[in-house]
Amino acid sequence: MEITVRLYLTFRTGRFRTETCECPAGVTAAGVARRFAIRDADIGMVLVNNRQAELEQELLPGDTLSLFPVVGGG
Amino acid sequence: MAADYDLKVWRVNVRTQTVTKESVPASWERLGGRGLLARILLDEAEPTCEPLGPKNKLVFAPGLLVGHMLSASDRLSVGAKSPLSGGFRESNSGGSTGLHMTSMGIKALILEDRPSDPAFWTLYLSLREVRWKRADDLVGMGVYEAAPRLLAEYGNKVAISLLGPGGENQLGTAGIQNLDKERIPGRINARGGLGAVMGSKRLKAIVFDDEGGQKPPIKDPEGFKRAQKAYTQAVLAHPVSHTYRDYGTAANVLVCDALGALPTRNFSSGSFEQAESVSGEHMRDLLLKRGGDSNTSHACMAGCTIRCSNIFGGDDGRTIVSPLEYETIGLLGPNLGIADLDVIGRMNWQINDIGLDTIDVGAALGVACDAGLMQWGDSERAMELIAEIRRNTPVGRILGMGATMAGKVLGIERVPATKGIAMSAYDPRAIKGTGVTFATSTQGGDHTSGLTLRVKIDHRDPKGQVAASRTAQINIAGYDTLGACIMSGFGYATSPNAVRDLLNARYGWNMGDDVLQVLGKETIRLEREFNHRAGFTKAHDRMPEWMTREALPPYDVVFDVPQDEMDDIFSDLD
Repeated sequence: MEITVRLYLTFRTGRFRTETCECPAGVTAAGVARRFAIRDADIGMVLVNNRQAELEQELLPGDTLSLFPVVGGG
Repeated sequence: MAADYDLKVWRVNVRTQTVTKESVPASWERLGGRGLLARILLDEAEPTCEPLGPKNKLVFAPGLLVGHMLSASDRLSVGAKSPLSGGFRESNSGGSTGLHMTSMGIKALILEDRPSDPAFWTLYLSLREVRWKRADDLVGMGVYEAAPRLLAEYGNKVAISLLGPGGENQLGTAGIQNLDKERIPGRINARGGLGAVMGSKRLKAIVFDDEGGQKPPIKDPEGFKRAQKAYTQAVLAHPVSHTYRDYGTAANVLVCDALGALPTRNFSSGSFEQAESVSGEHMRDLLLKRGGDSNTSHACMAGCTIRCSNIFGGDDGRTIVSPLEYETIGLLGPNLGIADLDVIGRMNWQINDIGLDTIDVGAALGVACDAGLMQWGDSERAMELIAEIRRNTPVGRILGMGATMAGKVLGIERVPATKGIAMSAYDPRAIKGTGVTFATSTQGGDHTSGLTLRVKIDHRDPKGQVAASRTAQINIAGYDTLGACIMSGFGYATSPNAVRDLLNARYGWNMGDDVLQVLGKETIRLEREFNHRAGFTKAHDRMPEWMTREALPPYDVVFDVPQDEMDDIFSDLD
């Protein structure tokens, strides 16, 4: 199935902003992150279709996964 | 040999031009920063007083942990009854003023009364002498020109708190500017109109000369050193410190855009189609490419290891403004339909120079766009309107009084403000916990009183938001009492006993594990008591009605946290 992955801040370094990738059914947000060598501990916020989600969340075909490093307030 | 460190309350009567140094009352000893301001105003100021009248008091207080070069913990709190909200208001800033006050042994500086003569003055404070000097030559002058003149006169080592023309004109958006460690006046106690209160006291500048001062004594130096080490290591190890060092607070632009909470065209949308071009990611690329003065990382206070500030340079590498922050980008950028960081930086410089709060001015300009005074994205017109504020024209005054006043005069209902104070760059319909903060905090629409962005919660679901906001509000009120920056919270949170151990070692106290909560709750209780006496009720803890009705694109959310839940948020503290 196709998943759109969006990366932000330090995660973009040496990677990309947005990419579509082919993933096996049942893949989790964490599974996709690992594919791009992003460690769980570095992930501050996970959005699936722009809504707050857990790393363990299973993704569905056509989902957009956004991964942010830890961020806070200004 | 230096005399013993002597912590005092310095009281200044601006009418009689007298300064007295008093011992610290017992009930003030264990408070600092924001908590101490609330205590002092409750003890001494009439809550129903006219904010710009002789009965209001303007108080400066460094936090309890200021003075030891603890990373991100040298902040200065300034407070008074706010001309914008009509209630208690604190605003804190980095820079060097808090550190100098602590070296001089000033627990709090209380400015009271009001001169009958309209002339402005510079007040010079040192351990040896107090001097008053007419500031006629500085009146009308922006802070970027006034600060070097004051430094030339009083020496390069002093700290200065000063007004731009906005404060002199008692505009509701006026703040108090302080020097950063490079002596540039860009660290502002921005919010709530405290600069207008200082203007009513006819002080253009206060100069703090800490010559002959000393570091505050530490009761248990070994214990302090241990706690400081644990805290510093926690700050350095925390990934958020690295994010902010590389990107500054502008890291939040795309976070908020993704959440649908980036204020766009006067809070009519939560997503901006050109968000990438005003993002922290883009700013970093620009600054690295431009070089010269540009720097992606800069410490606003001596000893800070997070260094979230930046120097924003133009194409020629020369400084446009320092720092350029997320809230400013949000309110002056997407909120006005402007997508060019250089333009936003130049607007920021002008607003700083006039000595105003970029958030409330940005929100007022958004309201002005809705009223047809300016077209979305027309940055030239935005600059003209800012120039009107500087010239104190009628239109300039309407905008310079802030978003709430601008909305009333221009007939616009869509004003993003609570308690008369414009919201920072987080649309509360899409980050509802922060909306609860905007509605229930004594501080009005201010993210620094309890941002919930990092809470692992569905920000668009009304459930659980009151609890999230309450925790954030209590914690930050505690940090504001220590003089700790919002950024230091990550370090303190991961070195759990650091706050307790630092306070106990510094003062010889015996505070428990819950010290941060104790300080935070006490601060909020005092502030609410002041506001209660000023006439505030639950009716003041309301989100603007239009935000409960107008759905925010792109996720079509309204603010729907139940009012009765919000009303009980601090019922155990009252």
